[in-house]
Amino acid sequence: MEWIAVIGGKTRQFIQAVGDFACFASTAFGWIIRGPGSRAMRELLRQMFDMGTMSIPVVMITGAFIGAVLAIEAYPQFAAIGIASRLGSVIVVSVVKQTGPILTAVMLAGRVGGAMTAELGTMKVTEQIDALRAMACDPVRTLVVPRLLACIIMTPVLTVYSDALGIWGGWLIAVGVDGVRNYSFWHYAAAGTDMFTVNVGLIKSLIFGIVIASIACYKGFTCGNGARGVGRACTESFVASFILILLTNFIMAVMLNNFYNWFWPNQPSLL
Amino acid sequence: MGAATADNPTTTKPETTNPIIRFENVHKRFGPLVVLDGMTLDIPQDRTTVILGPSGVGKSVLLKHIVGLLRPDSGKIFYRGKQVDNLSEREMEPIRKRIGFLFQLGALFDSMRVGDNVAFPIRQQGGKNPAEIQEIVHEKLAVVGMDGTEKKWPADLSGGQKKRVALARAIAMNPDVVLYDEPTTGLDPIRSDVINELILKLKEELNVTGVVVTHDMTSAFKVADQVVMLFNGKIVSRGTAEEIRNCADPNVQRFIQGRASEEDLRALHRM
Ligand SMILES: Nc1ncnc2c1ncn2[C@@H]1O[C@H](COP(=O)(O)OP(=O)(O)OP(=O)(O)O)[C@@H](O)[C@H]1O
Ligand SMILES: [Mg+2]
Repeated sequence: MEWIAVIGGKTRQFIQAVGDFACFASTAFGWIIRGPGSRAMRELLRQMFDMGTMSIPVVMITGAFIGAVLAIEAYPQFAAIGIASRLGSVIVVSVVKQTGPILTAVMLAGRVGGAMTAELGTMKVTEQIDALRAMACDPVRTLVVPRLLACIIMTPVLTVYSDALGIWGGWLIAVGVDGVRNYSFWHYAAAGTDMFTVNVGLIKSLIFGIVIASIACYKGFTCGNGARGVGRACTESFVASFILILLTNFIMAVMLNNFYNWFWPNQPSLL
Repeated sequence: MGAATADNPTTTKPETTNPIIRFENVHKRFGPLVVLDGMTLDIPQDRTTVILGPSGVGKSVLLKHIVGLLRPDSGKIFYRGKQVDNLSEREMEPIRKRIGFLFQLGALFDSMRVGDNVAFPIRQQGGKNPAEIQEIVHEKLAVVGMDGTEKKWPADLSGGQKKRVALARAIAMNPDVVLYDEPTTGLDPIRSDVINELILKLKEELNVTGVVVTHDMTSAFKVADQVVMLFNGKIVSRGTAEEIRNCADPNVQRFIQGRASEEDLRALHRM
């Protein structure tokens, strides 16, 4: 019967951690609403540069390759039933709605979330966070708020870059290699994409931004002692945000599609 | 020069002055490890209290309780007669702004230059223009023999230099109380003596209440008005420097003379 106690204990720990996390995140949002203060705003610009501007190349490269691969895999299927000219619509919709936001979020979870957890975790272990508190400075306000805001602003921006390059990569293969006519590619791309598709992608990336930064900061703040503690916090931070990104993506896909069918019961025709 | 010094010469018993900080039956444990076990302690105003005790006994933990970085499991802590252990982080802020804390390992912010580190508590306090802040920073760094390092990064300093910058930061906003966690550890004997003089001067000229944790007996007896010894989670002995020096308790004598116990020696011989 001991295993019941073990499961019970683990479950309790998990629920407690979720509660702590919710508390942490709501404190951070509380500060955003009440006004983060001038020190946090100065830090925000630095963070936006570090996590946003510096991520543009890697996000563009991943985007382009995924767009290209989509075209390579989809072309034979489409060609087999003679509708290769429609490649544009499937590439653009997949990139804008799914691969763009998700890949950007995953790249950021690794590149930015990891660094954030490591930085805050190191501050925690070397008592710098205690030092902030001892000087009457709220660490959530000074450290978490700028990172959270930067991530919320920059993730959608980076997603746009990733989307653009993804479409370009797909176009390059479809039109340049597979011989789809340039006109049909863009014609069907435009026909298959509406504002809803674009907005879904951007709303998703915004939520992913919140997920990445809040988990990374929480893991940094609750990190265990020593270099091992920091290392473990980084791993856990990446795994947790990765799973949560996929989970929220799934839930939003279901919700938003229902929402769409509810408001626009007549699907746009591609014919 | 201060009036209080004239009225209450340092030879009077510490109990006769009113306590600015009071611990009442404080218990603190980390998991199974009991650190403070019903500790009661008065820290008199405008005096320097030295806390002695073996490594790992909980001296740093004790200091962190004063500014609320750690909260007691039970028992009460008073600051100027007001109970503070149950205050929220927000409510602690005015108290924290009047207490300087020198962390054992410095806890300098490594994302800021030395000058900004020292300026941090002054900016946090507000009400000073940049020129005044620069002036104060220069003055405080000069006091600890670190002038001219404003533009350096903490990572580029030696251990002793970091400690001195951290001390400059702890006294930057002219606090009422300064908590020194091993102020002379890692410093050469001459520099240590300068720090001792600084602690004395702050007390005599600015009526700063000092709480000094140290393993350096020369420093302890030089700066102390009251010496207390922490052992097994309790204050086992307290008195003026003279009284502690003449204390009959063999544990205290062994500690201040730095002699290993029979038990430790036996373990060594078994090796
Ligand atoms: N945040 C914490 N979590 C768990 N245990 C802790 C924590 N802080 C301190 N401890 C434990 O409490 C005990 C006392 O630690 P503390 O740092 O106060 O010792 P100390 O008296 O300052 O020793 P030293 O003279 O070596 O600095 C140690 O055994 C330490 O492992
Ligand atoms: Mg200590």
